[in-house]
Amino acid sequence: MRNKILPNFNLGVEHIEDGSTIMIPGFAGPGTPRNLIAALIKQGAKNLTGISNHPGAGPYDDHLDLGDLIKNGQVCKMICCFTAAPHPSQATDFEIMNEKGQIEGEILPQGTLAERIRAAASGLGGFYTQAGVGTELAKGKEHRLIDGKEYLLEYPLHADYAFIRAYKADTFGNLQFRLSQRNFNPIMAMAAKTTIVEVETDIVPVGEINPDQIHTPGIFIDHIIRIPDNGIWDHPIYRN
Amino acid sequence: MDYKTKLNRQQIANRLAQEFEDGWLVNLGIGIPTLCSNYHQPDKTIIYHSENGVIGYGPIQKTGEEDLHLVNAGGQYITLIPGASIVDHADSFAIIRSGRLDLTVMGAYEVTEDGDFANWKTLGRKGGGIGGAMDLAIGAKRVFLGLQHTTRDGVPKLRSTCSLPLTAKGVVKLVCTDLGLFEITNEGFLMKEIAQGYYPDEVQTMTDARIIVSASLKEFSI
Repeated sequence: MRNKILPNFNLGVEHIEDGSTIMIPGFAGPGTPRNLIAALIKQGAKNLTGISNHPGAGPYDDHLDLGDLIKNGQVCKMICCFTAAPHPSQATDFEIMNEKGQIEGEILPQGTLAERIRAAASGLGGFYTQAGVGTELAKGKEHRLIDGKEYLLEYPLHADYAFIRAYKADTFGNLQFRLSQRNFNPIMAMAAKTTIVEVETDIVPVGEINPDQIHTPGIFIDHIIRIPDNGIWDHPIYRN
Repeated sequence: MDYKTKLNRQQIANRLAQEFEDGWLVNLGIGIPTLCSNYHQPDKTIIYHSENGVIGYGPIQKTGEEDLHLVNAGGQYITLIPGASIVDHADSFAIIRSGRLDLTVMGAYEVTEDGDFANWKTLGRKGGGIGGAMDLAIGAKRVFLGLQHTTRDGVPKLRSTCSLPLTAKGVVKLVCTDLGLFEITNEGFLMKEIAQGYYPDEVQTMTDARIIVSASLKEFSI
């Protein structure tokens, strides 16, 4: 059996080529693979396409996140649910660069993003959803009437890499997430060609995690890296 | 009697929360809607759903006691109620699209008398923020909106047509603003409650659609 455990994050991202498509999970903090993002900033791959709910938090959040990779000029396109903050005063790095034409953005409803990822993870050719019907997002999309309701055709969203942040892992890569850390992690782990995990607790031997309590089976996982004590950990962010 | 009292943001949320029914599964959006869970209703059990896969959350967590793995849609640290559960994002939106939510409460820039609304993109900016709004709008059994009656510049948000890009068409059932409570009927905005000291004609001048005044119109009591 191939050893999936790597000693550091630099080795986790060293093969990522210019032009790759990368899925980045996380929702308002929890589940964001900050250490892998930091390693990729150091590695320097360019012309990346990012797939994420959000292109990185604004100035209210001093955590390292996807916004730092974007700010570093490594991303040429984002597929996400937020291409602008609600108020211009909270503009993200992505938004500032997008306004200047330095980065491309494709916006989509969050459920459509999740299901397009799940469709890729599930070997499906697409699906129909009502989300976006009657809006400018419906332009150019195939419409279909099903049981008297109008739906839009959406295609799967594949990626070369997924960066994952898990709470617990065994040496095979079976994963557990904690609370709302889970968010996009399980579906992104299944949708990418290569899946790299940063884990918050010591990697345990196989057999230690109860099979009924594994959220993502290790068959989807390629590399696992334990976050060291001096790695990037979450700290509280206060929002009103 | 010469005083006029608009509802503040928490009061708008409280008025909407009074409409929640025992046992409802409710999704609260960012802004005024997340304030609904602060309204204490011991006679009802409301199950709050957050789009990031949390089913059954309670009040905002106290400072110093946060669990850094647990936030709501607005990124606030929350608590769980007994019986809470967690799903991934695909399953969370399966819940949303499949009609399991009894209600979603959202904020909006504009809403029309036909129940169309716009809440993801403003004029003059290239980008926008959709989040879960389009999925929630088409999936939930009911859509309620909580918003200010006009913009800071006095432009009406209750309108005959939206000037901004739509989030969804024909889905809004109830709107609460600082000035009134409006049911969206086949005939348009039916004003059922009004802010203290205001007259329907005044509210009409701040509205870009015809308001129908309910025969049983009363002042807010919140």
